[in-house]
Amino acid sequence: MLLAWTWMRASYQYPLSAAMMTVASFVVNALDIAAIWVIFAHVERLGGFSLPEVMLLYGTAGLSFGLADLLFGNVDRLSGHIRSGSFDTVLIRPVSPFVQVAVDRFSVQRFGRVLQAAVVLALAVPQLDLTASRAWMVPVMIVCGFAIFVSVFTLGAALQFLLTDAPEVANAFTYGGNQLTQYPLSIYGGELVRGVTFVLPLAFVNWQPALFVLDRDDPLGLPHWLRFASPLAALLLGLVAAAAWRAGIRRYRSTGS
Amino acid sequence: MIEVERAGRSFTHRRKAGVLRRERHVVHAVRDLTFSVAPGEFVGYLGPNGAGKSTTIKMLTGILTPTTGRVRVAGLDPSRRRTALARRIGVVFGQRTTLWWDLPLRDSFELVRHLYNVDQGDFRRRLAELEELLDLGSFLHIPVRQLSLGQRMRGDLAAALLHAPSVLVLDEPTIGLDVVSKAALRAFLRELNAERGTTVLLTTHDLGDVERLCSRVMVIDHGRLSFDGTLGDLRATAPEESSIEDVVARLYTGGG
Repeated sequence: MLLAWTWMRASYQYPLSAAMMTVASFVVNALDIAAIWVIFAHVERLGGFSLPEVMLLYGTAGLSFGLADLLFGNVDRLSGHIRSGSFDTVLIRPVSPFVQVAVDRFSVQRFGRVLQAAVVLALAVPQLDLTASRAWMVPVMIVCGFAIFVSVFTLGAALQFLLTDAPEVANAFTYGGNQLTQYPLSIYGGELVRGVTFVLPLAFVNWQPALFVLDRDDPLGLPHWLRFASPLAALLLGLVAAAAWRAGIRRYRSTGS
Repeated sequence: MIEVERAGRSFTHRRKAGVLRRERHVVHAVRDLTFSVAPGEFVGYLGPNGAGKSTTIKMLTGILTPTTGRVRVAGLDPSRRRTALARRIGVVFGQRTTLWWDLPLRDSFELVRHLYNVDQGDFRRRLAELEELLDLGSFLHIPVRQLSLGQRMRGDLAAALLHAPSVLVLDEPTIGLDVVSKAALRAFLRELNAERGTTVLLTTHDLGDVERLCSRVMVIDHGRLSFDGTLGDLRATAPEESSIEDVVARLYTGGG
């Protein structure tokens, strides 16, 4: 916590740069939602979903991912720490290396994404007239989605113990996963949807629980109970990620000298 | 305080052996290493480049997990109880700072205090003590990246001691220091060992460190201990009147 605060202070030594970064992050993410609005200017429905419904998917995915990225996104810099040798220093401190790497060069700029997703979600929800008996799932899915994205970040970081020169491989699943879950999965091919349901459970970030919130049938005809399985998916993926991280540390080779 | 029992660490490299074929190639950085260090000892750990000194240090501090054997430091298995161990040992790498590059030394110490949960009163008292002994006063407010090597080294040493560890592990602490800085550092380490009874293990290529500080010397070569004894024993391995450099050179090259 204090480390995070220190990094924030350090970045605000250059207030103009920090402010521009925050604005830039907000604008870049606003372009995402602009793309969705452009699509809906031409079509009524996307993959069978209306604009407010897609905004619900977008907002929950963005919020889950944004929070995960804000708090733990820095773990994708692990390979940099390994190559420069500064990971040795991390390991001799009495604080979890995961936390240390996550808060290193902590930047609040990423808050721009969280804010933007929250705005989109706030615009979407009133248009959907949800009943309380279904709306309770929205906070649950944001929490589970957050846990799933944190796990994906962790898995990506654990992979960097093996492939120190390929942090981009992990980005395909973290940032790629965010892009993927912004749209209804029904627009993608069935193979891909099964992959993100049963292999890397990104479908549980928002797609499956959103089917419950919106009271829709699964366009792919997957079993009904899956829409309640997000906490289970988050838990399982979290356990796998934690095990992978530990295995990674045991395999850590350090650098010469 | 430190117990190492038949510990070994090997690294697997993959070498190209054709267009797609890779050959596995195992390097034993340390093999079958056994020694123990009693509380209050001051041990010099010598060996030629690549002999396994740093690998040993990294196993003792929990950075590397040994592939074979058993390691205990302050009663803990370093790789399994890494964070618990971190509160009991201090580590300094001569070639790499553990401080925060962009922060003034004083802020780095403040961060260390929080990381190690050091009580505010203890922290003030120890910092005042270290400030005096290591003469830190004149550069406490300067960012670490702007410090000279000697100043940075003293800063690193102070940071490693703020939580009053019972074991101090130093990997080439005097590398690159001028004679005056070296002398100051040695005086400080000697006093730390004598007054506080801190156990010290130090690797070095500077035999002056060994002559002036160490009550015991261990030499590692090709991943195995090739000598373990007092400085007097070490001298006795070579003909009389050879310099300490000659004695060690004989050990490194396998003579004597």
